[in-house]
Amino acid sequence: MTSSAHELAIDVRDLEHGYPDGSSALDGLSLQVRPGERVALLGPNGAGKTTLALHLNGILLAQHGSVTIDGLPVVEPNLAEVRRRLQLVFAKADDQLFMPTVRDDVAFGPANHGMRGADLDAAVDGALAAAGAAALAKRAPHHLSTGEKRRAALATVLAMNPGTLVLDEPTAGLDPAGRNELVALLKTLPQTLVVITHDIPFALQLCHRSVIIDEGRSWADAPTADLLADRATLGRHRLALPFGFDPNVLAQATSIDRSR
Amino acid sequence: MGAEHSHALFHHGHSPVHHLPAHTKLVGTLVFVAAVAVTPRQELWAFAVYAAVAVFAMAVARLPVRFVARRALLVLPFLGVAALVPFIGGGETTDVMGLALSTEGLWAASGIVCKALLGTAASIVLAGTTEQADLVRGLARLRVPPLLVMITATMLRYLETVAGELRRARTAMQSRGHNPRWLWQATPLANSAGATFVRSYERGERVHHAMAARGFTGTPPDLNPQPAAGRHWIRAIALPGITVAVAIAALAS
Repeated sequence: MTSSAHELAIDVRDLEHGYPDGSSALDGLSLQVRPGERVALLGPNGAGKTTLALHLNGILLAQHGSVTIDGLPVVEPNLAEVRRRLQLVFAKADDQLFMPTVRDDVAFGPANHGMRGADLDAAVDGALAAAGAAALAKRAPHHLSTGEKRRAALATVLAMNPGTLVLDEPTAGLDPAGRNELVALLKTLPQTLVVITHDIPFALQLCHRSVIIDEGRSWADAPTADLLADRATLGRHRLALPFGFDPNVLAQATSIDRSR
Repeated sequence: MGAEHSHALFHHGHSPVHHLPAHTKLVGTLVFVAAVAVTPRQELWAFAVYAAVAVFAMAVARLPVRFVARRALLVLPFLGVAALVPFIGGGETTDVMGLALSTEGLWAASGIVCKALLGTAASIVLAGTTEQADLVRGLARLRVPPLLVMITATMLRYLETVAGELRRARTAMQSRGHNPRWLWQATPLANSAGATFVRSYERGERVHHAMAARGFTGTPPDLNPQPAAGRHWIRAIALPGITVAVAIAALAS
């Protein structure tokens, strides 16, 4: 598909990143995501998925190659605007919830961007409701369960009203019911979604498209159902299907939303 | 709000003290402690009045005796140090149960004991009636520099998380048969404390990333603290006010 750069929500080209110890986390990775898409980034541990996510909102800056969000290059002068447009939900919710109460935490982002008073209250209430976390507003983050923390963390980024959300391992540590609730919740969001996961059923439930990332590069980019049927490719990148999981059967099930 | 929302030092309740705005209680506690601290140690009557004030405050706050007693154990190490002073002090001596103890040392010890107990009592009332989040808001309301408030808030936020990590590491050790009883068996515990420190440092970096991702540039946003009416101030300052009057009288006598 050819599309000009400003039509893409995320445009990563030939991105490279080496850590100070000389190891290479990203090795010429490219990824394009259109507005409104839901894309899963699949890959084994240490594949470079989280390093990629940290480049998407400029926590890490490209050493080589380029990252563009909504046509805006991710470079120092644009960081504030990039972070308004794209938000990360970190793998460990404890790192994301640093204020004394959930409500304060949700207010932190919009307040940093100058929102005050009634506008701020409205933004906070809206984000809490959208994340199913309204009941958690007055709680202290360290007293929440894993599922509650995940929802509270989601509310903190929704309050920023971003166009794109990147979620790092959103299902880690969730029980199956909590996982299904998260899928249902994420499907209601209008945002462009990029989901980093090795939870293959989760990817199939939520994302029409999946990209396999391994050794700092993208290896396959296809409809999730097709990719999961290609066991040879999955096996090469340490992506094992759960026991008893047959994507061919599941893909035909009407419950799976293949619209996005 | 249920008990599961609160911290270990907090006693859930709906007393008049619980309902006072946090910053008025902070000022009240500070005034009380300052008055106690400046009172000359010979003026025992003044300390008796302070003790009555502290007990009255605890009664109004409806703090259970057991709760107060458990929290007050914190002061024991200080009392231990104070108990040594009469033995190592010089000068004139006084006979106590056949022992010749330093008179100056006895006064110093009684001063330390009285002031430590009263200070602890005041902080038990403050922490026992104020949620952590409200304490932090109270600091902000008192115009403590926002950065200091934020550092305090972050420390309180992660203290329990880090303590939990250390506890789990210890449980893991015990479940693999390590049950230290002597100081020289503490090496694994010390190692895990070191590892926890490094992990906390790395967590600090990740938390900073999360803050930066939501537009944090070094100036914390206003936490929107609750305002206090005049009657709140009067209630919060009433008891510490008595102690100030007593302290002035004691200094003058």
